[in-house]
Amino acid sequence: MRAPDNPVAAKGDVLLAVDNVSLGFGGVKALSDVSFDIRRGEIRAIIGPNGAGKTSMLNCINGFYYPTEGRITFKGVKRPKMRPYEAARGGIARTFQNVALFKSMSTLDNIMAGRSLKMKSNFFWQLFRHGPAMKEEVEHRRVVEEIIDFLEIQHIRKIPVGRLPYGLQKRVELGRALAMEPDLLLLDEPMAGMNLEEKEDMSRFILEVNQQFGTTIALIEHDMGVVMDLSDRVVVLEYGRKIADGTPDVVKSDQRVIDAYLGVAH
Amino acid sequence: MFYREAGQFKSTYPADMAIFPLREDRIGIAVIILAAYSLAFLGNAFLLQAVMIPFLVFSLAAIGLNILTGYAGLLSLGTGAFMGVGAYACYKLMTAFPDVNVIVWIFVSGFFSAAIGALFGLPSLRIKGFYLAVATLAAQFFLQWCFIRIPWLVNYNVSGALDAPLRTLFGIPVLGATATPQTRYLVVLTIVILLTWVASNLVHGRIGRAWIAIRDMDLAAELMGIRPLQTKLLAFAVSSYYCGVAGALLVFLWYGGAEYDVFNINQSFFILFMVIIGGLGSLIGSFFGAALIFILPIVLGIVLPAMLSPFGLSVGADVIEHLRFMIVGALIIFFLIVEPHGLARLWQIGKQKLLVWPFPY
Amino acid sequence: MDILYKVFIEPFVFMGEAPDLLLQTLWEGLVSGVLYALIALGFVLIFKASGVFNFAQGIMVVFSALILVGLYEKGVPAFLALILAIGAMLLLAVAVERVVLRPLVNQPDIILFMATFGLTYFLIGLGELIFGGNPKEMITGPLFLPQGTTELEMFGGLVRFQHLDIAAAVIASIMIGLLAVFFSKTRIGRALRAVADSHKAALSVGISLNQIWVIVWFAAGIVALVAGIMWGARSGVSFSLQIIALKALPVLILGGFTSIPGAIIGGLIIGVGEKLGEFYWGPLVGGGIETWLAYVIALLFLLYRPQGLFGEKIIERI
Ligand SMILES: Nc1ncnc2c1ncn2[C@@H]1O[C@H](COP(=O)(O)OP(=O)(O)O)[C@@H](O)[C@H]1O
Ligand SMILES: [Mg+2]
Repeated sequence: MRAPDNPVAAKGDVLLAVDNVSLGFGGVKALSDVSFDIRRGEIRAIIGPNGAGKTSMLNCINGFYYPTEGRITFKGVKRPKMRPYEAARGGIARTFQNVALFKSMSTLDNIMAGRSLKMKSNFFWQLFRHGPAMKEEVEHRRVVEEIIDFLEIQHIRKIPVGRLPYGLQKRVELGRALAMEPDLLLLDEPMAGMNLEEKEDMSRFILEVNQQFGTTIALIEHDMGVVMDLSDRVVVLEYGRKIADGTPDVVKSDQRVIDAYLGVAH
Repeated sequence: MFYREAGQFKSTYPADMAIFPLREDRIGIAVIILAAYSLAFLGNAFLLQAVMIPFLVFSLAAIGLNILTGYAGLLSLGTGAFMGVGAYACYKLMTAFPDVNVIVWIFVSGFFSAAIGALFGLPSLRIKGFYLAVATLAAQFFLQWCFIRIPWLVNYNVSGALDAPLRTLFGIPVLGATATPQTRYLVVLTIVILLTWVASNLVHGRIGRAWIAIRDMDLAAELMGIRPLQTKLLAFAVSSYYCGVAGALLVFLWYGGAEYDVFNINQSFFILFMVIIGGLGSLIGSFFGAALIFILPIVLGIVLPAMLSPFGLSVGADVIEHLRFMIVGALIIFFLIVEPHGLARLWQIGKQKLLVWPFPY
Repeated sequence: MDILYKVFIEPFVFMGEAPDLLLQTLWEGLVSGVLYALIALGFVLIFKASGVFNFAQGIMVVFSALILVGLYEKGVPAFLALILAIGAMLLLAVAVERVVLRPLVNQPDIILFMATFGLTYFLIGLGELIFGGNPKEMITGPLFLPQGTTELEMFGGLVRFQHLDIAAAVIASIMIGLLAVFFSKTRIGRALRAVADSHKAALSVGISLNQIWVIVWFAAGIVALVAGIMWGARSGVSFSLQIIALKALPVLILGGFTSIPGAIIGGLIIGVGEKLGEFYWGPLVGGGIETWLAYVIALLFLLYRPQGLFGEKIIERI
């Protein structure tokens, strides 16, 4: 994995800005007039009740949906309408609320697939699996092995991920996203359905990624304890609208947030 | 026992990433290849002409379709037509430029079907599943119509059929009436081994991972920077290349000449059945599937009459053909229910058992 | 320039000059369109209630017709043969439910789709094994299917209406109407529709999922039989009829897999479009374009509207 550009000094300037974004599906309005920003090097939590539009927000950020209104600025450039792979090339990686791994592939191959963008050797060499193609394959395998060591999943290296328990799948998915060496990592409920121990592991990995590699992270999470521990700043959505934004302490004591969460069992 | 994983530790990544990391597997492959070549000198003409050559040709076509359907998850019902493009292209090329060696043209003809395949693969960006299957039927029927209606494709031959002119390699006839089954078998075998090796290189590398990624979870693949259109079109092109070469081999090195009808929709389906029964997403399965589907009628043709003749019953060739349809149809359903990963998975399980033999687990 | 004229102007000039021929072509397109729609409805029926895309519907058309004429040729009286053919369709429905659907429930759609390929080939083999592979004449007289033609003088020419075609169009329309009523008005029909959304809904009307499958496959079998009789009467009964029946697939693409009006309109568009194309544009390329035109129309349409004529645009989620 890549060393940070300059984690501490860089923390602060805006990496991604969301301005007045709205998103509708026919009649349903998933997001209305949401604005917030994500600064370089921070862990930014996005919270809110189910159906609040959190996933839709991430989908807008990585180009899976295009906002009906408003704009998204990434690295200081207003994003044109783009396909998801272009967002990926711009340095945005992602995990999913419902694990979206390549089920039949092994852990190793899943994470290798995360290196796709970095692999350059041409078709000709691929035909023979020699020369540059093999050299590249070995180089990337090395990086992937580092990620595997980092996430402590050596023992499941060659197992098709479809057969892994849910908690491990989530971890592999994080590994696949890390393999992209992203500037911005979007994590959609990475700890949903995990037991306490698994949650602690996952929290540790997220913090380490953020601190060791300086990766900026946007994190959707329901467990308030985790959110409070991990995040630098929190944005709260409800019914597609932003109702609060600030440091965990500020958000925690916001009356509208308390109201929004009263009805939800957490 | 002989087949053992134990003690073979991989100390380098290249060794671990080899396609056959186990020494026993590598030896096994070498033995099979050697046996296949020896067969040219040991086997009789019937075995080579009526069993081995078509088996290899269909295996190649099945590998082609498996790349598309098994690896990239794109269902195609146009395989027969893509094979036809290869055959007609090869015919045009070798009659227009008779001085260039025919082997060159066989390989080049695949590029024509690759291009046509990619063209008909364009809709795959927007449509999936059965919609795409219907779209590939457009290719099947349209291309077949071209084969019938464009006399230029057969050099205005009045019969409308393709025929194999005399062509040589190192002075030995490989095409045409004087080419012996032995030489034709050797040529086909070599081409199939070469292309299988290339296919295995492709599916084990970056490109194969992209195909499987698109198949398993296309949206996630795109969010990771894998471009869907390029990946799918490449699958169509490579797949059609294989089918095209297989088509050329089928007409010129097996049949020695053929009409448009060999590239009909039944051909498409039978290749698809080979892939399903052999195992979607398995190269070795393509060989198993081809063997089962192709050799079935031959076996039926020998076994059934032998079984029934004591009762004074005789079976015609047509009955055997009907039975073949029924059995193949039933086999498809059977495999989809019992082992969707096909014969290749059974083979895998067998090998796993062998690895731990004599212990039951 | 010349080619542009031939493609874009001349056919229309010709249509204007000889409206009787145009009418004749439209009529023929309409008749095959209605029959396509009928076959397509068989698909819709099964797809709506079980989510299975039944590729074998085309072969069921041939298979059912083959049983009918095959039995008749073997000396069974026509109406008894008809009843036996219907019985065979019921048997088929039960067998399919037991042997194919039940073990494959919860598998991905594409697996079930491929299983129906297997069913197709099984039925081809079985049909030919029992009744032989040679084409057969459909029985018309004993089934009271009219023969002969009416020629009407119109637009300065004669337009021919085969009585059989009229009967086909009428019967197919009646069938389509009956199915539409069945789906929207009857208890079972509504349950069938509900089952696509939730299996509980079906159970609440007191029918099990397995029964529903048998019912829809049987219904689709009867639709196939009617289509097979009509089409068989027009072009003979043989397995090459399957190629025609497969044209219901582009119809479905146009109309959507779940919409009855979609199947009807799709059928008419394909039927009329392909006859017009063949008659007016076919000669430019040597004819015979009927074999693929339907698919190409559907393909081009798909590129423009992947969700079909009546389908809602689906936004995928992740
Ligand atoms: N592809 C879609 N089509 C239609 N509605 C959608 C789609 N995606 C999300 N929605 C709707 O948008 C709203 C927000 O959903 P989502 O972003 O998934 O919420 P969250 O992740 O906060 O639980 C919900 O009402 C949901 O039904
Ligand atoms: Mg969500």
